[in-house]
Order: sequence, then structure tokens, then C-alpha cells
Amino acid sequence: MSDVYVMGVDMIKFGRFPDRSVPNIGAEAALMALDDAGLGIQDMQALYCGNLGQANAMVGQRILQEIGQTGMPVVNVANACATGATAFREAWMSIKAGMYDVVLAVGVEQMGKGLLGGAGGGDGIPKEGLLGSGTMPCVFAEAGMEHAKEYGTTFEQFAKISVKNHHHSTMNPKAMYQIETPLDEVMNAEMISYPNTKLMCSVNVDGSAAAVLVSEKKAKELGMKRAVKVRASAMASDPYTDRDLVMPDVNACTRLAAKDAYEQAGIGPEDVNLVELHDCFATAEMLHYENLGLCKDGEAGKMIDEGHVELGGKVPVNVSGGLLSKGHPLGATGIANIYEVCTHLRGEAGKRQVEGAKIGMTHVIGLGTACGIHILEKTN
Amino acid sequence: MSESKPLPVVDFLKIPEDGDPYLEGYRCKKCGSIYLGERNVCSKCFARDEMEVIKLSDTGILHSYAIVFRSFPGIDVPYISAIVDLDGGGTIKGNLINIDPDPDKIDFNMPVKITFGDALGRKDKEGNSYLSYFFEPA
Repeated sequence: MSDVYVMGVDMIKFGRFPDRSVPNIGAEAALMALDDAGLGIQDMQALYCGNLGQANAMVGQRILQEIGQTGMPVVNVANACATGATAFREAWMSIKAGMYDVVLAVGVEQMGKGLLGGAGGGDGIPKEGLLGSGTMPCVFAEAGMEHAKEYGTTFEQFAKISVKNHHHSTMNPKAMYQIETPLDEVMNAEMISYPNTKLMCSVNVDGSAAAVLVSEKKAKELGMKRAVKVRASAMASDPYTDRDLVMPDVNACTRLAAKDAYEQAGIGPEDVNLVELHDCFATAEMLHYENLGLCKDGEAGKMIDEGHVELGGKVPVNVSGGLLSKGHPLGATGIANIYEVCTHLRGEAGKRQVEGAKIGMTHVIGLGTACGIHILEKTN
Repeated sequence: MSESKPLPVVDFLKIPEDGDPYLEGYRCKKCGSIYLGERNVCSKCFARDEMEVIKLSDTGILHSYAIVFRSFPGIDVPYISAIVDLDGGGTIKGNLINIDPDPDKIDFNMPVKITFGDALGRKDKEGNSYLSYFFEPA
């Protein structure tokens, strides 16, 4: 099987674009990724398009209607917040399978404002606020409080994660916000679901990201200089756990996918120089330090207290600003984080550059549950 | 004309003709996993047609929680969204009531009991009332 390389990758600056269409937002990133690869739409053999909000509306084909209808096969995918990573992984698999040498993956989303989620649908009466809460800040607060119960993790430690990611985003011109948020500001912001304040919740934004993936043969032909090697592409769903029915499990599937990814790459967590992980809420990021093996179980609080996950630390996490400040356009997130890691591996990340980065990891979680992990490596 | 009886807020809440309401579970006879709501296949051990209907306990311990200060429009806040492990098996989620929504007052693993009562005055389109379950400190 051929190795697979990212030859072009880019994302638009995340923001709010209510006057644009979903395909139009996706088309912009697609063109940017093609330019980055030095290729045109006519060179693509297939398109894998990730979008959640219009999952039944042929977004991939509508993107091609804006940038070039070559007749190539298009697959539209939806997999909750793992949608972008799933599109990328489908593209990766098509090259692995020997079907194609050059394919395009696009992730795009246009979000409304406000709370996502909600408990119980169906007949009868609304269950929200009656049988607990199904809002996302609450669901992830409950997951964080499970960690607090086990290890004594504090509100302040969760809040520090948000301080860190907002700080990182001040160095990322493509993030939604570039604003420092000191600890007292994070902790005193409007409480949404304890222990997540408003500044500890990801930002609903519009955005898109895209990548051109190529086979080794094609990469050599185009030149390896800025190519990034995909060392692993792993995906898992949630295995059975006792509390599944009431507590969406983001831990077990992340651990499964991480194990698979490290095995594929033949490396361990200690070899990873930077990680972009799914900080949909500050409470979630804390869990994934352990789920991804960046530290031992019970040591996540120490990771943030001692600065190991900051830029300049042992393993910087979410130097892009993460979903907390860069923003979280659901379908785009799983390719935008690949853009971030590739930018560091290419040495092009400017002020936020993780010096000497050779190997990076991306991680997303879609509740329901899907986990997608990619490991990427610098080629020269 | 007598007032009509309240309806159960979820299918697994049972209201017997003669007796107290209770929560119902399905237990896999092969591996013991407990589910809420009817099913035929166990998603843990994959056994088929091995489910038995059981009455779930009305006591348990608090596994995890969050305190909700912002919900959808029209929903009263704050309230405690709680995850409770039932004695004898099964985990359910609901509102923890009769305790301050203050993390200093809420202890993990605290014993709770299930109570049944009107669903906060909520009615469906036909005007039916509903019976819901709640947790309170035991």
C-alpha cells in the first residue's frame, strides 16, 4: 500500500458569514488547498466532503458547481464533530486502496449561535431541565466532573485550559478571536454549566478547511519539499460501557483510536511534538491528555498546572487556540486541525511555531460517538 | 368526570393500576448488563433474546453531575443535572432536587433516592399531565 501525503492544505479565517452559502464557504478553502498544492480542480480524481448541517443536500457537488464540474466521484459524509476527520480519512483510504493518486477533502460548516444539544426528543413533553440536561456544555461538564470525582480535579484547573488556548490564539491570525483571557476573567465569566463558564465553551463559528492528499508516487512527482506524511489514520466508535445510555462516552473510543493510531505509526505518545485535540469544552481537553496517553491517568491536572501543554512545554496542545478560541465549525474542525499540525511540521506557523516539530497528532470526537485521530510527520 | 391519570414521562417509567410508580429495566441474562427501555439484543455481549424485565431500585448513589445555569429559553435555571448509579445496577440521568445547586453542598457518591411527581407542570398538546422521576438526597 502506498504511503499517503498531504500535498496542499489550508483553512479560511473562521468567522460568521450569514450572507454566504455553505458550498461557497467550502469552495474558498478548496481553492486555497489546491493553490497550496500547486494543482487545479481538474487534477483531482475524487472529492470527499464533510458537512453536518446540510448532510442531505449534496454540499460536495455544490462546491464543484462553484469551482469546476469535472465529473469526478463525490462522497458527502456526516459524522457529528468527527465529520471533517472522516472526510479526510475516506480520502486517505481511497489512496491506500490504490484507487486514486490525487484526491481532495473538504470540511465546511455554517453555524447558528447558541446552545447545541438537548435532552430527549420525540413525543410527549420537553425533557430538557426535567430529566437533567442534554445541552453540550452540561454533557461535557458531567464528563469533567467524573474526572473531578476520581482525581480531585478543580474548577480552576479546568479554567486554566481556557486561559492557555485563548493565549495561543493571540498568535493565530486565522482564529475567530485573538484575545487574552486571564484566569479570573475565565472563572468569573457567565456560568453556563458548572464547571464550564462561557469562556470554557467552544465558539460557534462558520468555517472551512481543505486538504489535497496524494500517493507517494504523485508526491515524488510534485516534489516532497512541503509534503507531510500521514503516518496513521484511526477511527473508533464507542465500545459498550456501563453508563452509555445516559452519559455519552468520549473516553473509551478515544483510547481505542489512540491505541490504533500509535500502532499504525509505530510510535508512542512521547514521540509526539504537538497535539490538536477536541477541546469543545475546557472539561473535555482535560480528559484527553490521559485518553491520548500524553500523561498517566490522574495526571492531567498536573499537565496544565506545570505548563507541559503550553507552547514551549513538553507537548504543546491546541497551539491554534483550539475550538475554545479558534472556533468550532463542526464539519470543518477535523481538517482545520490537520492544517494546523501540517503548518507546524512545515515550519510555517510564525509566532506560535512549535520549534523542531517532526510529528504531530490531531483528534476529534463526535458525540454519539465517533473518534478520529491522525498522526502526521514532517518529510524533510 | 374524573381527571385523567398522568402519563409516564419516559417509557421506562411504569405506573401500575394498583401500586406505586417504578422504573423498569431490561437485564441481559447472559452478562447482567442493564438497559433502559425494551430491547432484544445485548450490545455488550451480543446475546439475542436473553433479556428479562426487571424493576429498577429506587435508591442509588450520585456518580456525576453538572449545575445548569443556561438552558434553552423557558427552562427554569439553575438546576442540577445528575447521573445516578442505581443500587443493584443501572444508571439513569435526571434532576437532583431538594439540595442547593452549589458544588460545596453536593458530594460525589452521596446516597440518593428516586421520587415521583408531576413533570414541573409541563403538558403536551392534548393537555395531558405527566409523571416524572427526580432524585433527592436520601
